[in-house]
Amino acid sequence: MSQSPLITAKGLSVHYALRGGLIGPKPYVGAVENVTIEIAAGSFFGLVGESGSGKTTLGRAMLRAAPISRGDVHFDDGEVSYSLKDLGKQDLKEYRKRAQLIFQDPYAALSPRMTVRDIIAEPLEVMGLTSSRAETDERVREIAAKCRLNVEHLRRFPHAFSGGQRQRISIARALVSGPKFIVADESVAALDVSIQADVLNLLKSIQEDMGLTFLFISHDLSVVAHVCDHVAVMYLGRIVETAPTRTLFSNPRHPYTTALLSAIPSLDPDDRGRAQKLEGEIPSPTNPPPGCKFQTRCPHAIDRCRVEEPTLETAGTEHHVACHRWQELAG
Amino acid sequence: MSRLIDVENLTLQFDTDEGRITAVDNVSFSLEAGEVMGLVGESGSGKSVTAKSLMKLNPRNAVYGPDTKITLHLEDGPVDVMSLQNDTEMKIVRGGSISLIFQEPMASFAPAISIGDQMVEQLLIHTDFSKAQSKELSIEMLDRVGISDASTRFGQYAFELSGGMRQRAMIAMALSTKPKLLIADEPTTALDVTIQAQVIDLMKDLVDEFGMGIIFITHDLGVIAQTADKVAVMYLGKLVEQGTVRDVIRRPAHPYTRGLLAALPTLDDIDAPLTPIPGDIPSPLERPAGCVYSTRCQEIIGPRCSAEVPQFLSVDTDHSAACHIYDTQEGAA
Repeated sequence: MSQSPLITAKGLSVHYALRGGLIGPKPYVGAVENVTIEIAAGSFFGLVGESGSGKTTLGRAMLRAAPISRGDVHFDDGEVSYSLKDLGKQDLKEYRKRAQLIFQDPYAALSPRMTVRDIIAEPLEVMGLTSSRAETDERVREIAAKCRLNVEHLRRFPHAFSGGQRQRISIARALVSGPKFIVADESVAALDVSIQADVLNLLKSIQEDMGLTFLFISHDLSVVAHVCDHVAVMYLGRIVETAPTRTLFSNPRHPYTTALLSAIPSLDPDDRGRAQKLEGEIPSPTNPPPGCKFQTRCPHAIDRCRVEEPTLETAGTEHHVACHRWQELAG
Repeated sequence: MSRLIDVENLTLQFDTDEGRITAVDNVSFSLEAGEVMGLVGESGSGKSVTAKSLMKLNPRNAVYGPDTKITLHLEDGPVDVMSLQNDTEMKIVRGGSISLIFQEPMASFAPAISIGDQMVEQLLIHTDFSKAQSKELSIEMLDRVGISDASTRFGQYAFELSGGMRQRAMIAMALSTKPKLLIADEPTTALDVTIQAQVIDLMKDLVDEFGMGIIFITHDLGVIAQTADKVAVMYLGKLVEQGTVRDVIRRPAHPYTRGLLAALPTLDDIDAPLTPIPGDIPSPLERPAGCVYSTRCQEIIGPRCSAEVPQFLSVDTDHSAACHIYDTQEGAA
């Protein structure tokens, strides 16, 4: 695996304007605030957090599908490099060939009026990547086979397929333009367990075969633990901890990560412990608490946490944590 | 413990434009008072329809099999649920002795009526309480499920509450009539894990306090392991395995249960490969002959699997599975 970052976010913020505020500064929601992360080329990077944590918005900002209010995102695959904030229309079109999105709901993501062949071929046609129908067909067949779709079924419509098969069609569509970077946003959340494992294995094998870089967004830590090599944990628009998967799961440093891990129901019926459980709910991003954003639910919050926002500190090799007390709590 | 409900040979079909489809096929189980049963299965397995049958809550095109018998054991004697005809008779199973918590709390509260009015309405229908008493009890219940400032929340509407709060309010409402049986249909699926943990703790406390029976429907085996006393596994409308939670999770007997557990990512061993169950769940219009799981089963033992419906056989004390594997051993001997 190469170590140079494919995608780098520096001080990235995504703000959405709110109504009102005729006098004084315009009110806004900080969906993503001051996020700095690097995603190494060839990595399967997990992004976890609860609903409202800003993980989807961060993923979209990395595709320039959400507005970048502050900071920037750099993409460099060794052939071309882009700064996403000031990307021109032409460059943005080029960027779309290299960065693609797989959606959550395989039922909503596919047009019911198009055949599977047309769905997969559409990016090629829109981006003008192929010059003849024969060439398009060949590319479609090639990628469909890679995604373990039966090429005999390409003339059918999506309704004839099950959830798992539809998700494989979505994956084929995202891959057909030959991207380097894929954002998979809750791509297995809508699937049954027995099917989910199949789609995860497919994503993993495609990533290894084609040398892709994945940003895998999920609320399910067990899934992330199994497929990702690196994980970032988000809370209320901030990255609170990032580490290689093994480190994060064996040695979590942020109280929020610890709480998330202990909230996962154990498969052991005799382990019905009431481990550290979080009180309350994630605050609204329109009215975030001062200081550390997690202080309203954190069992370890002290006065300093209520006034000063922690920044990411190095806690080990590639391990960063944003907590005033991580050293104390680790000791 | 005393018997709370007996479900015998529950068969339910739906008349659709594409023909009559079987949603539940000859399902039998029973539940004691104070017992929590987990009903597990993937989408389309018939678990929700099974639970709704206990309240006769299925749509008009539902056809129950002639051998279906559901008996609810109450203090005043047994109630034959299938024989209940009109709305007045069915009050006993619809909110009276049986309450239901839905998956999506946003969709199950009326948006234009305050939470409090909805709670009071059902108390007026099912109990002898006056309006003032109902209000008092409702606020008390909201407080009991951990909603702060309950009297203010009482006057608010569903959209003013967060997801976790709405699910708590739903639980408060379902429990305020003091049901004997609570059916919880994926009550935590729409919630974040930290909120799910809170709701599971809350439900455990309430079972201890009220001593009711619970049927907990979920696709999440982790949630089952944390809440249930016993488990019933469904696949394509059929019950395939029943047993205590320890037996089913630690020593799964049916190949489907084994497959489900192998496909499940867990944190205990993050390097373990995920083994999917091959193929897809068949459409209910194309139910396989013989064992319903035979099209995906990895442990097929012969043509019998796709020809003959397996009977429930005991594999251990209080642990049974519907699979021919357990039959041949006897036959061979």
